[in-house]
Amino acid sequence: MRRIAGSVLLAGAAMAAPAGAQQQSPYAEYQRMATESAPIELYEIAGEELWKKKQGPKNVSLEACDLGEGPGVLKGAYTHLPRYFADADRVMDLEARLLHCMMTLQGRSREEATKRVFGNADKGSEMELLSAYVAGQSHGLPMRPGNAHAKEKASIELGRKLYFHRAGPWDFSCASCHGEEGKRIRMSGLPVLFKPEYAKPLMSTWPAYRVSTSKIVTLQWRMNDCYRQMRMPEPAFGSDTTVSLIHFMTAAAEGVVYRGPGIKR
Amino acid sequence: MKRYLLLPVAAVLAACAAPGPVGERPSVAPRDLEVITALLKRDFRERGQAKMDRVNLDDVQRACNLHGDNPPEAVAKPLEEAQLKAIKFPNGSLIGDWKNGEKIAQNGRGSMWSDKPGVQPGGSCYNCHQLSPKVEAYGTIGPSLAGYGKIRGNRPEIQKYTYAKIYNSKAYNLCSQMPRFGHAGTLNEQQIRDLVALLLDPASPVNQ
Repeated sequence: MRRIAGSVLLAGAAMAAPAGAQQQSPYAEYQRMATESAPIELYEIAGEELWKKKQGPKNVSLEACDLGEGPGVLKGAYTHLPRYFADADRVMDLEARLLHCMMTLQGRSREEATKRVFGNADKGSEMELLSAYVAGQSHGLPMRPGNAHAKEKASIELGRKLYFHRAGPWDFSCASCHGEEGKRIRMSGLPVLFKPEYAKPLMSTWPAYRVSTSKIVTLQWRMNDCYRQMRMPEPAFGSDTTVSLIHFMTAAAEGVVYRGPGIKR
Repeated sequence: MKRYLLLPVAAVLAACAAPGPVGERPSVAPRDLEVITALLKRDFRERGQAKMDRVNLDDVQRACNLHGDNPPEAVAKPLEEAQLKAIKFPNGSLIGDWKNGEKIAQNGRGSMWSDKPGVQPGGSCYNCHQLSPKVEAYGTIGPSLAGYGKIRGNRPEIQKYTYAKIYNSKAYNLCSQMPRFGHAGTLNEQQIRDLVALLLDPASPVNQ
């Protein structure tokens, strides 16, 4: 029940976002009802089973995976990501790190482990369910992504440059839609995600149940689907490009209390 | 398997890491554009009709990225003129069928890796503009175009400007957020004529 109560709070937090129009939105009631019936808790339970399931050539679970707080430590792991990992010598977000553990601990290939990273309404992917479970263990903790190591600073800075980098046949950057306050596409409000006041309510609720598609979605999915709509080719799952963007936006939300897994329109 | 970090990219990424304050835009040097394009070439792969040549920058994108979408006049003017010069106008009337134009304006599909190749894309106009006052689900990234023709009239110069603006918005405002629909090959001549009709035809819902 903790999650359901938390999710209602979250819907309240989302509506208090500076896109003030949302406050009077005719969707508020719909959003509240959708939140109450969102199956987030079920995703977390399914994710926990996958976390403990022996898999891969080495037939081991992910329980010894070090998400940054030590092997198997889940509390506070999500809220300190993305961060630098010395064993991989790169900055990783939750999904890149889970993939790393699947490959190193379980001995799985990148191809096999990333074959179905984005699921559908019938069945969430392993990555999505694991993400919901791991992130849920940091519910209520402040978000403090890594920003001390030189590669963490470089990652945030790269994310900033990528956010404003225009390319592709339609000349789009992230900022083409998420660059100015008070704008919308059709009826959808557009958060300005490099500004803390917008980043905080939104970055503190991923991964999330997405009502419009009845499925759980992650930040790696969000980056992938934005680049699709930007008419760009497809970014590799967990690549430096997507991790840096996530790092930059999470850094803009620094200090906010994590309220996810959450709910999105 | 492409392996993480090509050395030159890694080295430059580490070197250009003077972190800016939260909430600020970046300052971008010419070298940054090379590094980012190299990174995208490494991290992205073609899918469907979205080929890898889409990560390459042309001189307009380069100038806008370098100057935070606000290039000095001396940079913007010659590029705008070159964009204007490259616009291909059709022979004959610039005004097509506003009914088709309305469909094109409503259609937000096309050119994505998820779209079927060969299917003619839409213009995504309502994503960013108000057009027909009857349509409530319009975006606000661009200005409202409701009453566009009623306000401006239907003179040949207006027709020509409207066609050219849809064909290549950057000919008039180098770092406009609007795609260059003709220049990029997204919309064809007939589609742009139909959109001009949607904006200028006195019978179009835009002008009611």
